[in-house]
Amino acid sequence: MRPFEYERAADAAGAVAALAGAPEQTRYLAGGTNLVDLMRLGVETPARLVDVSRLEFGAVDEVDGGGLRIGAGVRNSDLAADATVRERYPLLSAALLAGASGQLRNLATVGGNLLQRTRCPYFMDVSSPCNKRAPGSGCSALEGDHRNLAILGASAHCVATHPSDMAVALAALDAVVHVEGPDGPRALALEDFYRLPGDQPERDTTLSPADLVVAVELPAPASAARSAYRKVRERASFSFAVVSVAAALDVADDGVVRDCRLALGGVAPRPWRARDAEAALVGGPATAEAFAHAAERELEAAQPLRDNVYKVGLARDLVARVLEGLL
Amino acid sequence: MSRSLMTITLDVNGSSHTVEVDTRATLLDVLRERLALTGTKRGCDRGQCGACTVVLDGRRAVSCLALAVAHDGARVTTIEGLADGERLHPLQQAFVDHDALQCGYCTPGQICSAAGMLEEARAGWPSAVTADLAAAGPVELDEDEIRERMSGNLCRCGAYANIVPAIASVAAER
Repeated sequence: MRPFEYERAADAAGAVAALAGAPEQTRYLAGGTNLVDLMRLGVETPARLVDVSRLEFGAVDEVDGGGLRIGAGVRNSDLAADATVRERYPLLSAALLAGASGQLRNLATVGGNLLQRTRCPYFMDVSSPCNKRAPGSGCSALEGDHRNLAILGASAHCVATHPSDMAVALAALDAVVHVEGPDGPRALALEDFYRLPGDQPERDTTLSPADLVVAVELPAPASAARSAYRKVRERASFSFAVVSVAAALDVADDGVVRDCRLALGGVAPRPWRARDAEAALVGGPATAEAFAHAAERELEAAQPLRDNVYKVGLARDLVARVLEGLL
Repeated sequence: MSRSLMTITLDVNGSSHTVEVDTRATLLDVLRERLALTGTKRGCDRGQCGACTVVLDGRRAVSCLALAVAHDGARVTTIEGLADGERLHPLQQAFVDHDALQCGYCTPGQICSAAGMLEEARAGWPSAVTADLAAAGPVELDEDEIRERMSGNLCRCGAYANIVPAIASVAAER
């Protein structure tokens, strides 16, 4: 691992100022479960770490209007176990508990979870070309091992998937990310937080390097909606998603879909909000046939690779099955 | 002094230790190489196997991904700190009684992880297999719960068949 200097930020403004000076050489450190691993692999080589794990971003607070503000420093395990989250946003608890292991969730933070990097094998192997790690070097996955890579939203430059479970639930819950930057605080919808790779796959998000994620805010939950997070993976626990689905469904007494929120994980470079499927469902009947049709609509845009065609059918069937389970 | 060397203090198994460490050192490095507490094992060194699990400020954590400088002032319990003198911790005794190991390399991590896990269940933390996420109160640890909650600890000998009953026996006593 490359030698680095370590400093502890006194407050958010100090942390941002520390990074604004030399953003390419400096990284924020929170739980470290992804960053330290990447540093050991040589994927990340910062000259300095600014530790933000002791800043005052460790609370879960109710906000006016019935929403919830979650500090970026809240540990994944604490958030999953939070009584308010379990009662009002069980989808978020379920997604968190589907990710990583107990002893990782105890270290990992909400901010770090959002900003974790892809587990594409070529991104983590510094001996392989990878446009995300070394822009312009090429994508090894296009013709290589891409069985578990993206079918939606990828580009000719990168087909990596975003690994977070938590972020898939947040996408379905219309979360807003609060950021402290060199120009002050700002808030952006989760969908505007992540970007698609295009010809700049090295940028996972729309943040600038000195931006510090300080909180995630959830709007009040739709009261009548039932929700579920379902994750398909290669073993029963402690494994990244092949495909996952976060869904919230609100059906009126007459059987008509009043509201539907759907997001997919494991299929795209970012949590994939399934807006086409949602639009196909709202106002129509909540039937197995309608769910299958909506799932089909969403997957029409899929562009699978040689060895991940199976994900198209898997995602389609999983969306339909999860929605049926919510009836 | 190079700026990549820093002095930190750790409370390990009830004893305070002040050491100068490279900023790159993990908690695992410091425990094994500076404090000679070699019960904590280096497995994958990537947070994937759980062999390095310790109880860090009251919670189980992988020590291989925890930079020591970031945990200055922390309270750490390792496998060496679980027993009460000559009397083994109930989990240690249960692993012996149930023959819950073969080579033993993953065992310190399994036991420290189980110790943290039992506290989590007692505090009412749900898991991915808990039927009712909203239910309050301590979680009853059946075999499925134990397997799910212990999935961060791998045993390459495949001693799970005895690890699960060993942990279950301690969970049942509580």
